[in-house]
Amino acid sequence: MIEVDNLTKRYGDTKAVDEVSFQVAKGEILGFLGPNGAGKTTTMRILTCFLPASEGTARVAGFDVFDHPMEVKRRIGYLPEHPPVYDEMTVNSYLNFVAKIKGISPGERDKSVQDVKEKVRIKEYGNKLIGHMSKGFKQRVGLAQALIHDPEVLILDEPTVGLDPNQIKEVRDLIKSLSGSHTIILSTHILPEVSMTCERVVIISNGKIKAVDTPENLTRQQQGTQQIYIEAKGASLEIQNKIKTVEGVLDIESKPLGEKEVSQFIIETELKKDLRSTIARSIIEGGFEILELHSMKMSLEDVFTQITTQEEVRN
Amino acid sequence: MSNLLAIIEKELRSYFASPIAYVVLTVFLILSGYFFTQILGVFIQRSMMMAVQSQQFGGGPPPAMDIPSLVIRNFFGIVSTIILFMLPMITMASFADEKRRGTMELLLTSPITNVDLILGKFLAAILFFKIMLLPTLIYHGFLFIYSSPKMTLGPVFSGYVGLILLGGALISLGIFISTLTENQIVSASITFGAVLILWVIDLAARSAGPVLQTILGYISILNHFDDFSKGVMDTSSIVVYLSFIFLGLFLTYRSLESLRWRS
Repeated sequence: MIEVDNLTKRYGDTKAVDEVSFQVAKGEILGFLGPNGAGKTTTMRILTCFLPASEGTARVAGFDVFDHPMEVKRRIGYLPEHPPVYDEMTVNSYLNFVAKIKGISPGERDKSVQDVKEKVRIKEYGNKLIGHMSKGFKQRVGLAQALIHDPEVLILDEPTVGLDPNQIKEVRDLIKSLSGSHTIILSTHILPEVSMTCERVVIISNGKIKAVDTPENLTRQQQGTQQIYIEAKGASLEIQNKIKTVEGVLDIESKPLGEKEVSQFIIETELKKDLRSTIARSIIEGGFEILELHSMKMSLEDVFTQITTQEEVRN
Repeated sequence: MSNLLAIIEKELRSYFASPIAYVVLTVFLILSGYFFTQILGVFIQRSMMMAVQSQQFGGGPPPAMDIPSLVIRNFFGIVSTIILFMLPMITMASFADEKRRGTMELLLTSPITNVDLILGKFLAAILFFKIMLLPTLIYHGFLFIYSSPKMTLGPVFSGYVGLILLGGALISLGIFISTLTENQIVSASITFGAVLILWVIDLAARSAGPVLQTILGYISILNHFDDFSKGVMDTSSIVVYLSFIFLGLFLTYRSLESLRWRS
């Protein structure tokens, strides 16, 4: 649905976007993850025909953004970072105006305004001035604006910024409910958002793509080793010795906990073996008690920090 | 076409949602009304003095004085100067405010052409200007009712045509300048500056030597307005105004395009 090929955007000497390539399949939700100033917004602006690229091509629904901007614009709903609303308009008159410039025929205009208001749950605020609304509601009106012509492709630039936790959940649920029928790209620097809503993640930093994969794969790949966390009761040293006998254990860290004779152990093991049951057995066979055992997964946060800071170190 | 209408409607709506529109309308009506009564007063006084003089010194009837046409001519002259300073306030927000609010992204990522967008904004400003001029028709109504012999309406008509052409030129200039900045105040200041230069060109044309006077006279858009207030609709003046408007809108178009390349 969206094909981006070697996209580059230069501002003078600096490259805001540097040879970025990726594809988004129909109905997929792609997350654009990156620190502020990484080039997320610029890429999105190129895709929505707001900015031209310096080099490379981008195609939306088979239409090149440079050669056929009108066809692309008709098929895209775009929510910029700041909701593009007119404070002096009411929600109804604003959505009516947007419906007109998005090319919705006069007969269907009322219906699409009503439908979209229901979708983003602002039905009862139709006659309210947008200027009098809170940031969360403005954001919803902004979303309504992007959805009103039922576009095939949705491009959302940080859709949950500035919302309270309940609103964030609502917006995420809304976005999820739109996948399948719509192809969605959303950008964010909030990591849990990506793992919660997106099927695939593009990590972008300094204008370059660092990684493209599912959130699960990303976390797995970045992990060099696997870690297991154990809380056990008994003499710490003896337990350690017992664990060391298990094949595949690379390293153990232990620390006494507040309770008597209880210690915690963080065990590093080889990546591809799941040693949890073997380790557990060896501890119990040694006559000790296990209070807690779980494998420690690297969070997407760790992956993100690792990927984006690796770059800085290299530079 | 429907896109154009949508833009015009939206623009008019936002004019009347802001206090600036009402300030402009009020100030314009106060000024134009004040000057109209002043001008009328001056000419009535003068004609009475002439009548008295001719009676005192004998020598037949007083020389005929066409008060309505003198009033109309001077009135349009003053109104044309007033709008020089009022129209920049109408156009200052045009694109500058869209850029500041981020609504430019909505407009430029919607399937409407830049031509629709620019024409919509231009025509909306012209419509607003016409609304601004509408109440001044009453002045001429009074003049018509109380004039004897009945005055000719030609100069009134041509005067308004001239005002709208001059206004269109100023509006297209203002809209172009509003694409250059995000700040309404900066946009208004630059437009004032540009208008002031146009005004100075006109003043210079009046006091310059013969050759320079002809050249400056052609350039000065105010100079071309004189004909209209006299009741003369000169094709060359109309062409000058229309070219000025076209140039302004063309520059706006280019500026919008370059905005995409630069930013």
